[in-house]
Amino acid sequence: MKKLKLGLLGVAALLFASCGNQKNKKESSGALTSGAAEKVYVAPGEQDDYYAFMSGGYSGNVTVYGLPSGRLFKEIPVFSQFPTSGYGYSEETKPMLNTSFGFVPWDDAHHPDISQTKGELDGRWLFINGNNTPRIARISLETFETEEIIEVPNSAGNHSSSFVTENTEYVVAGTRFSVPIPQRDIPISEYKGNFKGSVSFISVDPEHGHMDIKFQLIMPGFNYDLSHPGRNKSHGWFFFTTYNTEEAHTLQEVNASQNDKDFIAAVNWKKIEEYVENGGGTKMPVEYAHNIYNEKTHTATSEIKKEVITLNPADVPGAIYLLPTPKSPHGCDVDPTGQYIIGNGKLSADVTVHSFDNMIAAIEAEKFDGEAYGIPILNFEDVMAGTVKSGGLGPLHTEFDGKGNAYTTFFISSEVVKWKLGTWEVIDRKPCYYSVGHLMIPGGNSREPFGKYMVALNKITKDRYLPTGPEMEHSAQLYDISGEKMELLSDFPTHGEPHYAAGCPADLLRENSKKIYRIDENEHPYAINDPSEARVERDGKEVHVYLSTIRSHFTPDNIEGIKLGDKVYFHVTNHEQDFDVPHGFAMMGQNNAELLVMPGQTKSSLWEPKKIGVYPFYCTDFCSALHQEMQGYIRVSPADSDLELSWSLGD
Amino acid sequence: MKKASIIMIIGSLCLLSLFAFPMWNIQLGAPQYPEPLGIDIYITGLEGENEFDIQNIDGLNHYIGMKTLPKPDEMWEFTVFPIVTLSMSILGVLIGVLGYLKKLTPNYFLIWFILMSILGVLGVYDFSQWLIEYGTDLDPNAIMKLVNPDGTPMKYNPPLIGHKKLLNFDAYSYPKLGGILLWVGMMLTVTAFFVGKKAVKTRN
Repeated sequence: MKKLKLGLLGVAALLFASCGNQKNKKESSGALTSGAAEKVYVAPGEQDDYYAFMSGGYSGNVTVYGLPSGRLFKEIPVFSQFPTSGYGYSEETKPMLNTSFGFVPWDDAHHPDISQTKGELDGRWLFINGNNTPRIARISLETFETEEIIEVPNSAGNHSSSFVTENTEYVVAGTRFSVPIPQRDIPISEYKGNFKGSVSFISVDPEHGHMDIKFQLIMPGFNYDLSHPGRNKSHGWFFFTTYNTEEAHTLQEVNASQNDKDFIAAVNWKKIEEYVENGGGTKMPVEYAHNIYNEKTHTATSEIKKEVITLNPADVPGAIYLLPTPKSPHGCDVDPTGQYIIGNGKLSADVTVHSFDNMIAAIEAEKFDGEAYGIPILNFEDVMAGTVKSGGLGPLHTEFDGKGNAYTTFFISSEVVKWKLGTWEVIDRKPCYYSVGHLMIPGGNSREPFGKYMVALNKITKDRYLPTGPEMEHSAQLYDISGEKMELLSDFPTHGEPHYAAGCPADLLRENSKKIYRIDENEHPYAINDPSEARVERDGKEVHVYLSTIRSHFTPDNIEGIKLGDKVYFHVTNHEQDFDVPHGFAMMGQNNAELLVMPGQTKSSLWEPKKIGVYPFYCTDFCSALHQEMQGYIRVSPADSDLELSWSLGD
Repeated sequence: MKKASIIMIIGSLCLLSLFAFPMWNIQLGAPQYPEPLGIDIYITGLEGENEFDIQNIDGLNHYIGMKTLPKPDEMWEFTVFPIVTLSMSILGVLIGVLGYLKKLTPNYFLIWFILMSILGVLGVYDFSQWLIEYGTDLDPNAIMKLVNPDGTPMKYNPPLIGHKKLLNFDAYSYPKLGGILLWVGMMLTVTAFFVGKKAVKTRN
């Protein structure tokens, strides 16, 4: 009886809805029948169940969201200067953006991946790739700050990155645009045979996370699009999708789409690692920057390295095979058991699934169908496990729920399709608004996915939000995937262009998140341990201001004796030891960003005064009731003035 | 009497817990301090409940012109209280031992308890005086000079025990483990007196 009543109510609601705006119909009925609002509602003071780390795409950064609420918590500056905190502007962080091309203040951040131990998320670090000037960054998940950036030499378009192996032995970087290796001045039309694609295995120090390029495979000149590690039974292998196996150098749109099948390259990295450890490989002179931020000195250093170990596929026979995969495959995903390798043929309707067992059997039986540049090609029929006849168009990426199901996004038909591993039957499909790229299930590319929510990261927004002129933020959509059918719960805007994302349970990170930096552990060379040490020192034309901040004053707050032509370095130490009490520092007319200094931290910025007079500086973060009083003055005198340096507080 | 003397000795030894555990605790919570700031009061000095709580309380108090919280060498109490506590504990144990050896009657247990009670009351009185002084002796140049509705300057002394609202803060003041064990110890010495009395009576 109760059910019947509810059913009637539902019908009534539908009728009412259909009387009004046609567009609202589907949404209001969805919400009424399911209680979607309740599922995404996180009451004031409550916290979300999951963290979601969204790549920023052309923002160059990473944003941190909560799920299921879709609330934005933080933007972590990674590859782009970030005036909000002074990242890339402060003296300490400028080296983070150094490359072999000099200072590159921006990049295109694509695929975040959380570190793993035994194939499960361990919540220590987040890795992300810079696509444009090939780089990999490591972010600490204690401080949520970028700690390290390593440039990848012999690469261009660092796209099939930055995915980690089962125990974070390696973070892997593959190149999307093949280039001459080593770089040289040759006609572009001589692409074929001369251009190469590199695949880099970057080792990760298990204790500190420090990255080091262990070896680079110099592969044929295809486009290495995406990759994922083998796991469980296929641990020790890495899989890369390729396109442009035609090796076209112009109008790739057409010319790279001619072959019916491209390849998934299967790389037995354990075998190659052993070869390299036994002295194999060739040392190639290169130049690449390795930038490390030290949490104790609060300062980054940049080192230009000069050498990598490279090797050709032919050097290690039996380590690399090519698996024919239809239609320019994009995403390359491996299921939690490690048995299935999924090639998402982006120009087709179908998803191709290869079997790891079949691959090994074919290799052992030496059933090859020719070779490409010395790499054996396996028979498509021998390695294929099945095809998902999806009915959709343009499959891009697949994630897993840990319950035997896979979820594939379809860009062209703008939908997510849920299908069953092993039987390949389609279970459910739900539209995306609009044109979904990646999708993310927390832990969805590990041994242990958390199959409760799925986020679709859409490329086109159009009418989903109030219009904001020609430029719109991209749109994410949250689905409940705990049931047999997927249920769309909410839309939320995302910053930049998220490509991939990574998620994990809140409990994995919450307790480890740092609240302050200890002032007694601050080893910054210009830090002061106590406001009493605040001072101003002149060294020729260089002036160093050791500035202390504590609620609600600067020490010193009045400075005289600065002259035109001076280079003034402000070294701002925040002496608070209280959670969430940063102080900001801004100087009028400074050709630089502000500094936002966390408790216990020291940051520095350069000011070259341009005009004589008296100019204020002030705290930019509303730190306390007396924040508006947190200010100071600097007197700028002519270059030939003989006014001595002086400084004071409360004189 | 043997039993009574053992209780007396245990009771007296309980005092030593004051050297290991805080006697009292004051917590200050506010909307922007969902994790309250806390002061643990030891007989040897003040300590933050979390490492930087004292520094942060001082930081907040400077707005209303309160003095910084005293360091151990800034209050004679932090020197005298440990001496008194240790002396009384030794004395109690001595009385207990002599009782055990039947050199003393249980009346001495009671005398010890009364003496300790007087010292305790004096200690609490001193503590309350300090709280009042700390909360009312304000810097005339304080950043914020707040007055009560009747025009008198606002006082910021936390309660001796219980809860009190201080501006945006809720102050809670309660005994902590050391204080509780002190009380348990003293109760044991009274118990020792009664048990001893009863034993003497039955024997007679």
